[in-house]
Amino acid sequence: MARHTLSILVQDQPGVLARISALFSRRGYNIESLAVGTTETEGVSRMTVVVNVDLHALEQVTKQLNKLINVLKIVELDDDTAIARELMLIKVKADDHTRSKVLELVELFRAKVVDVSGDAVTIEATGSRDKLEAFLNVLAPHGIKEIVQSGVVALARGGRSIAERSSKNPDRSQ
Amino acid sequence: MSQHITGAESLVKSLEHADVEVVFGIPGGAILPVYDPLMDSPTVRHILVRHEQGAGHAAEGYAAASNRVGVCMATSGPGATNLVTPIADAHMDSVPMVAITGQVPSAAIGSDAFQEADIRGITMPITKHNYLVTRAEDIPRAIKEAFHLASTGRPGPVLVDITKDALQASAEFVWPTNIDLPGYKPTTKPHGRQIKEAARMIVDAHRPVFYVGGGVIRSQAHRELRQLAELTGIPVVTTLMARGAFPDSHKQHMGMPGMHGTVGAVGALQKSDLLIVLGARFDDRVTGKLESFSPKSKVIHIDIDPAEIGKNRYADIPIVSDVREAIAQLIPAVTAEFDAGNRADLTAWWITLNHWRETYPLGYDTPSDGTLSPQYVIERLGKIAGPEAIYTAGVGQHQMWAAQFIGYENPNTWLNSGGLGTMGYSIPAAMGAKVGAPDKTVWAIDGDGCFQMTNQELATCTINDIPIKVALINNASLGMVRQWQNLFYNERYSNTDLQSHSIPDFVKLADAYGCHGIRVTKAEEVDKAIEKSMETNDAPVVIDFQVHRDAMVWPMVAAGTGNDEIQFARDLAPQWERGDD
Repeated sequence: MARHTLSILVQDQPGVLARISALFSRRGYNIESLAVGTTETEGVSRMTVVVNVDLHALEQVTKQLNKLINVLKIVELDDDTAIARELMLIKVKADDHTRSKVLELVELFRAKVVDVSGDAVTIEATGSRDKLEAFLNVLAPHGIKEIVQSGVVALARGGRSIAERSSKNPDRSQ
Repeated sequence: MSQHITGAESLVKSLEHADVEVVFGIPGGAILPVYDPLMDSPTVRHILVRHEQGAGHAAEGYAAASNRVGVCMATSGPGATNLVTPIADAHMDSVPMVAITGQVPSAAIGSDAFQEADIRGITMPITKHNYLVTRAEDIPRAIKEAFHLASTGRPGPVLVDITKDALQASAEFVWPTNIDLPGYKPTTKPHGRQIKEAARMIVDAHRPVFYVGGGVIRSQAHRELRQLAELTGIPVVTTLMARGAFPDSHKQHMGMPGMHGTVGAVGALQKSDLLIVLGARFDDRVTGKLESFSPKSKVIHIDIDPAEIGKNRYADIPIVSDVREAIAQLIPAVTAEFDAGNRADLTAWWITLNHWRETYPLGYDTPSDGTLSPQYVIERLGKIAGPEAIYTAGVGQHQMWAAQFIGYENPNTWLNSGGLGTMGYSIPAAMGAKVGAPDKTVWAIDGDGCFQMTNQELATCTINDIPIKVALINNASLGMVRQWQNLFYNERYSNTDLQSHSIPDFVKLADAYGCHGIRVTKAEEVDKAIEKSMETNDAPVVIDFQVHRDAMVWPMVAAGTGNDEIQFARDLAPQWERGDD
């Protein structure tokens, strides 16, 4: 099993998110992370789905997704050639004694304080999963009160857009 | 000037434009607006069924017999949910079907309104695609797309749910001239290089087998299959969904593989060195335990659905294509290989195959107590009604015997619920088949358990002059479950005794439905009853064949075991060793 990131272009129609998430659960695969948003093309949305499956299952789920009429294209983005980011909001305990320490960590991780109160600060952080995990680890001793995070969004490096990349041939013949 | 009509009128017009000749359905509140203009349609016939499940299976039977798209219609809520079983059935067996359901007014959606059910959500995993239409002007495009999706690529059911306000609103009727589905581009032509490689692999194999599935029937590839089979001399097995795709009388036909397949067909797959898989999907009922299925073979897998390839078994040569197109291209490719002198000798393989076929033919015991043997009844029915008739079956022992003991020579003559295993399929499917192929004799071979799930459609048959014939294999039991209880649960027959030799009285039931009822309890009465039924066409016929309840379906590969463990009769396993294993 390994983590795979799929970029899925879909027609922006009611029910399309349900179709995709239902397909994963019906075929017995767990979605680790899911992010949906509009794209540069009107009527087309892009989903970034992270799944933890073996290669056979990945091929199956990709083929099954391709059968959905509203799915336009699926491309797997691999870690080496794609940029993947997620957004996290973190509420950390911070009083007059500890606030400067926390702010130092925020600076170090190039995160941002978006709200301050007497006993806590709320931090906005973006980055790769590894970076955010590391950030959480160093914040933990101060006492994390609350976390919310987005799904991963990812884009391939280089000049080509997803529209210019080919999906995998269905019968592996090319 | 543009013509404004109601959504309901627009739906009926759309069905006319889609060349629909018959709709099976039941009206109700939300779909009611449609039923008014439907009355005036010059071309669309509506057949009023007794239960929506019957409408769905009738649409399936119609489609499977005629290769057209079957259409069923129901109202919102319970009407729609009663269609769920046949929709799931059509999805599993790739039956082209369009289901149209009424929905509560769009303003009421989500409010738990009377007869509201989220049928689009419910049927998402069991349809090829589905629609919720809330505007009158969107109806023609949804219908056009639904028929296109249902009938092209890998066929399947498409549901169109239409809100009542959309049916009542008025809009301009425009029948779309184009199809705009950018996410739907089925690959129907094979890749040339793959065909070449496949041909080379075929001519080199010493123990090749054509593993033929229902896709060959759906794509009407039976002629091409026969040509390729005769060109190569390679043995053919036809799965439960493919019975009739290749003539049973053909000397290269080894029979049906699978859990209740012939020893010859199962052995051919197990000992093969090359499976040429045509429109089949390695169903667990064919493969048995996957790890021990056909362990030494390479695989050429041809299917129109890329997701089937590599799903259960690795394909050495995957070919995504319409199977008819692929076979048509394989014929010249294989011929070219033969012309170049490349041709493996199949003599030893055929010696082995013929040995299995002769040593382990299909057979059955005649009950010693003078009661009727179910296999005998079905065998006689096949002989008398012949290969031009259409046979439908329910699910269970009678289904397996009907697959085993009737000789199929033509495609679209064997209709059954293979994937989902839906009891109750037979009667409404026979009704639909008879409507789709009115000149054919249609026999529903049904069990007494199945029959009691959907037999109310006999009323529909009688009233609408659809004279189907029913061979009721009445063993007063849920026979297949009883067989498993006998074999695997120490003969403890928990809740499988239906007592249907006495309750209900099926002859009286037939009579009550305006059908001819005949009871048969002895072997010597069998032929006469079947012959009389063949001559009776003024109403449906129901023959209550009261048969021995301990008869079992053999051969059998027990669930969870490998195909090598097949038993051709109780505690009797074939000897594989002879021949070149």
